[in-house]
Amino acid sequence: MTREEIIKPENLVYKKTPVLTSNVMHYCPGCGHGLVHRIIAEVIEEMDIQDKTIGVAPVGCAVLAYNYFDVDCIEAAHGRAPAVGTGIKRLYPNHFVFTYQGDGDLAAIGTAETIHAANRGENMTMIFVNNGIYGMTGGQMAPTTLKGMKTSTSPYGRDLQTMGNPLKITELIAQLPGALYVTRQAVHTPALARKCKKAIRQAFENQKLNQGTSFVEIVSNCNSGWKLPAVKANEWLEENMLPFYPLGDLKNNK
Amino acid sequence: MKELKLMKGNEAIAEGAIRCGCDGYFGYPITPQSEILEHLMLENPYEKTGMVVLQAESEVASINMVYGGASVGKKVMTTSSSPGVSLMQEGLSYIAGAELPALCVNVVRGGPGLGTIQPSQADYFQSVKGGGHGDYRLITLAPASVQEMYDFVELGFDLAFKYRNPVMILSDGIIGQVMEKVEVGEHKPRWTDEYIAKTYPWAATGKPKTRGHNIITSLNLQSAEQEKLNIRLQAKYKECEVTEQRYETFQCEDAEYILIAYGSSARICQKVLELARAEGIKLGLIRPITLWPFPSKIIHEIGLKTKGILSVEMNAGQMVEDVKLAVECKVPVKHFGRFGGVIHTPGEILEALKNF
Repeated sequence: MTREEIIKPENLVYKKTPVLTSNVMHYCPGCGHGLVHRIIAEVIEEMDIQDKTIGVAPVGCAVLAYNYFDVDCIEAAHGRAPAVGTGIKRLYPNHFVFTYQGDGDLAAIGTAETIHAANRGENMTMIFVNNGIYGMTGGQMAPTTLKGMKTSTSPYGRDLQTMGNPLKITELIAQLPGALYVTRQAVHTPALARKCKKAIRQAFENQKLNQGTSFVEIVSNCNSGWKLPAVKANEWLEENMLPFYPLGDLKNNK
Repeated sequence: MKELKLMKGNEAIAEGAIRCGCDGYFGYPITPQSEILEHLMLENPYEKTGMVVLQAESEVASINMVYGGASVGKKVMTTSSSPGVSLMQEGLSYIAGAELPALCVNVVRGGPGLGTIQPSQADYFQSVKGGGHGDYRLITLAPASVQEMYDFVELGFDLAFKYRNPVMILSDGIIGQVMEKVEVGEHKPRWTDEYIAKTYPWAATGKPKTRGHNIITSLNLQSAEQEKLNIRLQAKYKECEVTEQRYETFQCEDAEYILIAYGSSARICQKVLELARAEGIKLGLIRPITLWPFPSKIIHEIGLKTKGILSVEMNAGQMVEDVKLAVECKVPVKHFGRFGGVIHTPGEILEALKNF
């Protein structure tokens, strides 16, 4: 096949969704954020809701998410995305609102906003990317850092006695009556990425029901912060993160 | 026909919000301003105008709900009192940085710390000089009556949208709690979503095919870009300083001495004027209505013709610094104030004036 033949529309096997901009992503090669972005953007495209979707970006690695989603976006203060999302959704109840946060943003500094937004049952989609570390600031300990895991602020490994326990915030959210759909997914294999897309699709579709919050955790890697090559990082994720943060639906009341 | 109501200052804020077409209120209870949220809940405006009223989990959440609502072009507000407003400073800085219109009310109580629940004016610096991080300004309105509590909600929204900047109504526990007669206006309709999308093209209302995506952010990774934003903000503040200085003067025509006071202090000072004039002291009063932009022009103009200026504040001396700057220290300027929640009496103020 010549190049000209390959690029004919009928021969295309993959096309970037138009809901992602053409901006070059700043994420490290091998990081899960890019995949999660693509899945969300594809869901928005497939549901044909680009003009009615408003995204809220966090502070953390995904702080520039607004440069990649071709939807109207708001950059929230650290941890406050669920409060910002609440303000938007209450005033545009027929729009689709999603928040996008990492573990430090959602499960440390923003714990109160996370719990209370879900407890009120705010009718929005909360995306939570958990890689057990503060990526953007250079690999410090996060609320979800595993026992014994080495980070720049737990250089001898997380000591549960002095540093506290890794927080299973998704399990907490699942206890709340306001939460309609709570699930934990991953994207480090094609099969898991496809499953994750189904979950994110449901989390967006749920907004049509107006019955509560949809919360999707994605257990992801941080090969830079974990100081591992990308493939090794995914293996480490399988061996260490998933036993503590098991995949699957925690609650599906739809 | 005029519609008159007897109400508390705090209730007037709530009523002003409902009647001016406010879209959303997000707040958290704190004395001495809880009647605002209570009155809104009681009136249930969602049923009448569609105005959203939500009790948030904290002041931090409240101001960020306001940030969200302002990002999508809606008329949104929050209210609190001193310790709660301290918690909102991060959010106010973001709102200023992202150039969003929003309204905040501070019914000030004595500080620092948990302080007291009695009235105070000790949050002048916080509101007028910054409070949060970065080079930004809050347009600050100081009501001196329940009527102004009502009127300044609509005025506050007008200024917020005109300048795309947060506006603070800096009230205090007296004005919040006192009951007075208020002339209320007609119910104005809330803006439609179509009107907002057309009139405020920056708002993140959902991206139609006809425009690029709108981004609301206060982040610039390049310092040169962040400097450009700051230059734009400063130009806006300059314009505001030229066009928005508001004040009221009392018996300044022949005044040899001037009192400068805002809010409930200005009400007390009106009594001082009566007492002083009865004793033959030629005393005038300037009441700043905007604390930022500070009415420096009129204070300079009148102040320079006097023998001295007494800045009367329920704090340890905050506005007095701006008065000195306004008259370029060419006239003696002194401060008198009680603080920590104590309200000064007209007699005390007159005494301070006599000892000037």
